[in-house]
Amino acid sequence: MAYPHEHPRETRVLSKYFGDKDAIGIDGWIERGGYKALDKAFGMSRDEIIEVVKDSGLRGRGGAGFPAGLKWSFMPKNGDRPNYLACNADESEPGTFKDREIMRWTPHQLIEGIIICSYAINAEHAYIYIRGEFVDVVRVLNGAVVEAYERGYLGKNIRGSGYDLDLTVHLGAGAYIAGEETGLLNSLEGRRAEPRVKPPFPAQRGAFGMPTTVNNVETLAAVPGIVENGADWYRQWGTEKSPGTKLFSCCGHLRRPGNYEVPLDFNLKELVFEICGGPPEGREMLAVIPGGSSVPIMTVDELDCDVSYEGIEAAGSLLGSGGLIAMDDSTCMVHAVRKMVDFYAHESCGQCTNCREGSSWLAKILRRIERGQGREEDIPLLLDISANMAGKTICPLSDSAAVPVVSSIEKFMDEYMAHIRDGSCTAVR
Amino acid sequence: MDSESTPQINITIDGVELSVPKGTTILDAAERIGVVIPRYCYHPGLSRPAVCRMCLVEVEGAPKPQPSCVQEVQDGMVVRTGNPEARKARRAAIEFLLVNHPLDCPICDAAGQCELQDYAFETGQLSTRNVEPKVVLGRDHVTPDIVYFADRCVLCTRCVRFMDEIAEDPVLQVINRGYKSFIDTMTDEVFEHPFSMNIVDVCPVGALVNENFLFKPRSWDLDQTASVCPGCSQGCNVTLGAKEDKILRAKPRFNPHVNSYWMCDHGRSAVVNWGAGERIEVPMVRDGDRLAPVDWSRALQALTDAMRGKPGTARAIVSAGASNESLFAVRQLMNAAGFEGGEFRVSTGPESVLKGFPKLRLRADRVPNVRGAELLGFQRADDPIANASGHTGTLFILEDELDDAPEGFGGNAALFVYIGSKMNAAARNAAHVILPSPTFAEAEGTFTNYEGRVQRFGQALRAPGLTRPIWMSGSAVLAQLEAGEQLRTAGVAFAALAAESNEYAGMSYENLGQHGAMVASSAAAVP
Repeated sequence: MAYPHEHPRETRVLSKYFGDKDAIGIDGWIERGGYKALDKAFGMSRDEIIEVVKDSGLRGRGGAGFPAGLKWSFMPKNGDRPNYLACNADESEPGTFKDREIMRWTPHQLIEGIIICSYAINAEHAYIYIRGEFVDVVRVLNGAVVEAYERGYLGKNIRGSGYDLDLTVHLGAGAYIAGEETGLLNSLEGRRAEPRVKPPFPAQRGAFGMPTTVNNVETLAAVPGIVENGADWYRQWGTEKSPGTKLFSCCGHLRRPGNYEVPLDFNLKELVFEICGGPPEGREMLAVIPGGSSVPIMTVDELDCDVSYEGIEAAGSLLGSGGLIAMDDSTCMVHAVRKMVDFYAHESCGQCTNCREGSSWLAKILRRIERGQGREEDIPLLLDISANMAGKTICPLSDSAAVPVVSSIEKFMDEYMAHIRDGSCTAVR
Repeated sequence: MDSESTPQINITIDGVELSVPKGTTILDAAERIGVVIPRYCYHPGLSRPAVCRMCLVEVEGAPKPQPSCVQEVQDGMVVRTGNPEARKARRAAIEFLLVNHPLDCPICDAAGQCELQDYAFETGQLSTRNVEPKVVLGRDHVTPDIVYFADRCVLCTRCVRFMDEIAEDPVLQVINRGYKSFIDTMTDEVFEHPFSMNIVDVCPVGALVNENFLFKPRSWDLDQTASVCPGCSQGCNVTLGAKEDKILRAKPRFNPHVNSYWMCDHGRSAVVNWGAGERIEVPMVRDGDRLAPVDWSRALQALTDAMRGKPGTARAIVSAGASNESLFAVRQLMNAAGFEGGEFRVSTGPESVLKGFPKLRLRADRVPNVRGAELLGFQRADDPIANASGHTGTLFILEDELDDAPEGFGGNAALFVYIGSKMNAAARNAAHVILPSPTFAEAEGTFTNYEGRVQRFGQALRAPGLTRPIWMSGSAVLAQLEAGEQLRTAGVAFAALAAESNEYAGMSYENLGQHGAMVASSAAAVP
């Protein structure tokens, strides 16, 4: 059996070589068809590459789902300042671990995507900002970068194209907020990872004040396939608005947790119950968070939808990063939400008042309710604090901290009231 | 920003239509029509991080409230600063800031001058919804004289940005993150910087406090007076805070040509200590071996009589800390006796530049009116006491303490007039007439700074005893000698100076304005 679990209903495009140790090195990668897309890309003009990516409908896989080709087209074409690419590998959204596996098993898939993107946006230097905790992945990635330099895929005059590119792997120091694109740029520059006010957007003033594109690992890893096979090839999967395949990091109370790749028109319920095998023996599924802890919690009844961006949104949540967290009936929802809010309170960079003070205030109230010392007026208070946090800050972390609170109160009010009224918990132990 | 080439943008703020240059922020535009949008992190002299979320306003068509300090106006924009949505956003920011704030206003130095207090009252939040324990972070020195109360801090980062952008010595940082954040140096050690006290000024709350000022007055007990710092020849515009006839502090007052929003630490202590010590409070006239205290009419009569007796040409030792009006009065008295020459000495010290506003320096000359004294014909000298010691005619001493004068100094002078605020041995032994004068804080006047900018300072303190500025007393003598007119106000004294001197031609107290004016020779030099 390959890397932890695979399932016949998966469509393995990005994850085709997960578990294949021979695909990690550059020779193995070339044997498997690697770097062919790059040669094709060098035969195309920059605008042609951007057009293909635009046509493919590839959307940013970091969480926001912004169309990748459109983002690239914002970069100045003939500026007198250098352009940069920053690959966001600071994967820290709770419940998300897809980028880690892409980099662990197929580092050259990412590097090839980075080179193509850098060429398309005329970047002279690319950075992989990687989460510092990914120690073993960093080792793999560094090895791959060295190999790519040795084989002439990085450095001066790549493959005789006349195009030069340097790639630097930069380690983060352990801040969730460094995964926010402008926080990432500040951290890359050696400052505190505090998100910047937008505008100016990174394509105008990014890393070191220069035009910069910031893309997620999974987005860039999808690029070589699109360039090699064309936009229509990519559009064979998914929906009109959400083409292609996507990795889902499935964790929590599941029989077969792991990374699964499915087309974006796949049914969420089938992903949870068929591919992941549903809850453990003798348990009932209670709730699912489909896209990392910043997206609204879904009840089991809401799961019958596409996993597309628009499908999950219509069902009341968001695709986000694809970090699927399953919770069965042994879960105390108040406890689970408190843990999530604790996380955001801990990770708030602290520059905006509403987020810094609001997140820790929410956490304290939730802790009190969890201990059985809640008051009924705490519920409207929690909702009002959440409303005062959402949409009032520079970056969306404040919104993220409020989301689990609001969605859990909407959908699991009984659990809160059990704690508040009886000091008890509805979780089935 | 108002240049004609900048296109104008038409906007509506709270129902008022106005036109402002492109690139103006909503917050700046609103101030033009008198709408002050509350803010903490915004400071006009610093960058705009938009982190306090206090200045959120409703912009028609925008999906969420916009930070007015960074949002630039766009044509046709409709802004509401006081509608329910904007008010709720503001209430929210205040409530959040108070969640972990100790509310120790009764013992806080900033009470009464605290923006958090002001806005909390403005939004009318008299009770809290918060029942949770507060985060307690404690306090610490950041410089030997500045204490940081972390619990009161609203993390606006004005102090961090001042040290980074204006002092260009980025010693302060936000340490930790989220609700555990506080401000400190990276090494946890105190730092020293010649302009460090500005971080106390920019602090909107009582988080950074000056230990020399701590617990002395309540801010509402202070009388505030617009003045000019006498600490060096820069001439920083300041606001003096006085209580019970004592200057307790100086805070910088905005002047874009001189000091922007800033001033140095040396100036602050110079102001507080200026003229400290025992004072002469009554006029005195020599009566044989002793100096007899007399009233003003007798003192002035004695001086008039002495000058009528033709005591000989006049020399003077003056102070470059005296106002233009006082120096001019002495010059007029000397002219009446026959002007032979006058000198002053200048104490000096090392210069410090404020890198982010390099025009502002702690200047080497540690007196405010070197240029003014020079323009009135007085000369800078290393040892004016030696140069004047053998003088046999009339000798005027203006506000020079003569501390190091040798025994017998001035003994040869036919007429020795001492005008000053402190008694000293030389004056006691040799002076024929002593006219007590106020310090800069006790009278109105003007100084001319290093580059020739003439600036007014106001009277912050009651002049003690019978002290009277020399332009008032000296002009009375000149009137009796029929050599001039009696001058009754500082403004009239300055007008007399402006009438006599080409350098000050056309200037008056009224047209000096808030930012001062350049003397003729400097105005010609600076385009």
